Amino acid sequence: MRFERYGIGIAKGMALTFRHLFRPPITLQYPEEKLVVSRRIRGNELVWYLDRCTGCASCAKACPQGNIEIVTHVGNRNNYVVDKFEVDCGRCMFCGLCVEACPYDALAMGRSYERSQYRRNDVILNKEQLQQSDIRQPSGYARPLIEASLPKQSLLVYWNRKEGGQKLSWLGLSKKRGRGV
Amino acid sequence: MTILEQFRLWLGGIWPDWAAYLVPGIVGIVLVLAFVVVSVIVFIWFERRLLGRFQIRLGPNRLGPEGIFQPIATALKILLKEDIVPAKADKVIHWLAPVIVFVPVLMIFAVVPLGQRAILTDLNVGIVYVVAVSSISAVGIYMAGWASNNKYALIAAFRTVAQMVSYELPVVLAILGVVLMAGSLSMTQIVESQSIPFLVLQPLGFVIFFLGTVAEMNRSPFDLLEADSEIVAGYHIEYSGMKFAMFYLGEYGHALAYSCIITTLFLAGWQGPFLPPIIWFLIKVFAVFSVIVWMRATLPRLRVDQLMSFAWKGLLPMAIINLFIIAAEMLWLPEISLWILVVINIVSAGVLVLLWSRLFSLGGGRVEV
Amino acid sequence: MVIKTEPFILNIGPQHPSTHGVFRMRVTLDGEVVVDIEPVIGYLHRGIEKMGENRTYTQIIPLTDRLDYLASLTNNLAYVLAVEKLAGITIPERAEYLRIIMAEAMRISSHLMAVGFFLNDLGAMMTPVLYMWREREKLLDLFEMVCGQRLTYNYMRIGGVSHDIPEEFLPALKKFVAEMPGFIDEYDQLLSQNEIVLARTKGVSILPRDTAINTAASGPVLRASGVKWDLRKADPYSIYDRFDFEVPVGKVGDNYDRYWVRMQEMRQSVRILEQAIAQLPSGVVWADVPQLLHPPVGEVYGHIESPRGELGFFLISDNSIAPYRFHIRPPTLINLTALKDMVVGWKVADLIITFGSIDVVLGEIDR
Repeated sequence: MRFERYGIGIAKGMALTFRHLFRPPITLQYPEEKLVVSRRIRGNELVWYLDRCTGCASCAKACPQGNIEIVTHVGNRNNYVVDKFEVDCGRCMFCGLCVEACPYDALAMGRSYERSQYRRNDVILNKEQLQQSDIRQPSGYARPLIEASLPKQSLLVYWNRKEGGQKLSWLGLSKKRGRGV
Repeated sequence: MTILEQFRLWLGGIWPDWAAYLVPGIVGIVLVLAFVVVSVIVFIWFERRLLGRFQIRLGPNRLGPEGIFQPIATALKILLKEDIVPAKADKVIHWLAPVIVFVPVLMIFAVVPLGQRAILTDLNVGIVYVVAVSSISAVGIYMAGWASNNKYALIAAFRTVAQMVSYELPVVLAILGVVLMAGSLSMTQIVESQSIPFLVLQPLGFVIFFLGTVAEMNRSPFDLLEADSEIVAGYHIEYSGMKFAMFYLGEYGHALAYSCIITTLFLAGWQGPFLPPIIWFLIKVFAVFSVIVWMRATLPRLRVDQLMSFAWKGLLPMAIINLFIIAAEMLWLPEISLWILVVINIVSAGVLVLLWSRLFSLGGGRVEV
Repeated sequence: MVIKTEPFILNIGPQHPSTHGVFRMRVTLDGEVVVDIEPVIGYLHRGIEKMGENRTYTQIIPLTDRLDYLASLTNNLAYVLAVEKLAGITIPERAEYLRIIMAEAMRISSHLMAVGFFLNDLGAMMTPVLYMWREREKLLDLFEMVCGQRLTYNYMRIGGVSHDIPEEFLPALKKFVAEMPGFIDEYDQLLSQNEIVLARTKGVSILPRDTAINTAASGPVLRASGVKWDLRKADPYSIYDRFDFEVPVGKVGDNYDRYWVRMQEMRQSVRILEQAIAQLPSGVVWADVPQLLHPPVGEVYGHIESPRGELGFFLISDNSIAPYRFHIRPPTLINLTALKDMVVGWKVADLIITFGSIDVVLGEIDR
């Protein structure tokens, strides 16, 4: 790499920056536009299925932090009845070891990443809060059947104008307005 | 005969003399201040959007259509902050520093020709006034750094003194080249004498002046006074509230002022074919400012000793030689066609830059301790 | 006449825009020249080594993610290699190739971040960072596709990897690999020949060859000083001996060489990725390993070439489900001991640049 001294390196760098003026920006207007997350995303929540859980506590044994608290009593069909199944989602690091450990597919990771609460006690979730609902959908991490039914992820490698990406905008005057005043 | 002087003559027929003297002055000052404040706000918006586009992202675009209320929100936020003065700081100097930085910026606009006869006062030593007033800001920055009782600010302060002082000289010498060719020190005369813009006639002078004023403005690549990654906001590290707003506005005010000066001196001010002169002036000012933002987006910053050696060993000798060449041309070839001068000047600029780049060496700067 | 001057102590404190984490330095300055430097660490200490003694071997893997959080997969890889060496487990072929693909993609991502922030410390106002992060985003999308997370992956397991790749992974990776050399050329055009970058980094903070070897430096810091030592070639682990790549070596050991070595390593990683994609066999990805592993009694030291240097894990096992002692050899802590030699005599601005060129991550220094 020859080194010229009279400013040609600076000129080349500035030419590259100038060329970038004509490339579409890769900014998304969150929260109006959201990317489709991966099918196997380990989102910030867990989904628990009451009818599949046998109370074996494999998940509690697998958790590195000890977040899962299970209290059962012996039922009358030679089974465990789960009284209390609490997950402390504040200490949870969403590593997914509990989901991999469950032998009955009763626990799955969630797909949402917007699960902040205002109080620390509100993130300790009990049996009813952990069940599946329209805002708490399972993801396909270690659950191939669920993974097959989810939409494909949006990838930046394929993101350009022709394949439905962000439109070109001169000087950043984007076609999609933000939340205006 | 500027517009304001005509206005005063007309008023002198109706009102008593003191009113005819006072009212056009106040009207002119208000108009100039309005122009400056509105332009600074537009510059802040323009810079943030343009910088975002260079960096493949959008700039601010949430507040208002395309983000035009963002500078107002920024100003409101800064004004609502608490004004904290450090306990051991020198209170009087701490209070006085933002004023000394900001006011000279406003004073420069008294001699900027916005149109054919639209200038606040047509001083016949206009350019000397500009040079004199713009040097006062350096003292203000040094006061801010010293009075903050903070070692980071002190480092910034003694870098300031070095930088501001050493870049005054090449700037003044480049201006002298322009003045020789224009034949007058007054700003309106300089603009009117540019049948070919001085950018083409004196390329070396333009480059020296441009780099010198970018250094005076403390913008990249010479922004070591407020180097964000080293000394964490440099001289205004202990300022908040309205005083910080003065520094912030002062920085963009400097950018605006020097862009206007560059436009006047080298780009033929308000001259242009079809559009009204004020529009041409604004287009040129925005073009110069875009180049300054472009440099900010691309270039890293220099170190203090490299900056000083660039000024004293690089820009200053070239400015002196440039002055000699222009003086020689004006003395011995006064009647020659201007295009031949263009060719001579471009060739000599290229030769000088190539020769001086031989001096550029790497790897120095280690001090034995 | 000698003017009396007095050096003063400046505290470049834990909260600073460019200390890459919570790192504190007490610098003695004489004007602008650095006379002495005293690093103070420990602001991010979380007790990972002690926590490792109370967790099973599989449960330590999420903990190792959080050591060097910019190159998490290589941490996972080093740890599982150490455990497999101790317990004598062989892993399937497809798992080996997947590990190599992930490790080299991680190396590209980590170097992009390191080079981007090195140039940002130089003063180029976030522009190189944003250009490089565009490529890093593409890689993070691919990691998210495979293992579900973008920063703390928890992907490697003792005996293989946890999941096989979905079928849209390989076409996307091939597209990325095809475009990446063009983008690396663009980054070169942006700032590798820039006179200001050259003036600020060439010949500055030279680490001589002998000092580098004596302070046990490793990784790009060592290779920039002229020592051709890369663990992937000198002590090949996994299946690195099947790939054809070069090891870039600098000449002088200044800041520019450290930056240049990282750019060249990115190109070599792209080469390895192309070969690994072409040779990927089929099969299972996780060997049959018991869930609670009881390795035999003994001790092991397993090391790999992480993007920052030689990352090593030392384990002592006493045949129970948790290790008796779990120690980590962080590359950047050992590299940081050379900082004083590199920086004394230069200016404050150079101190920040040199610190950025060592490429520090506080998570693994403080553990």
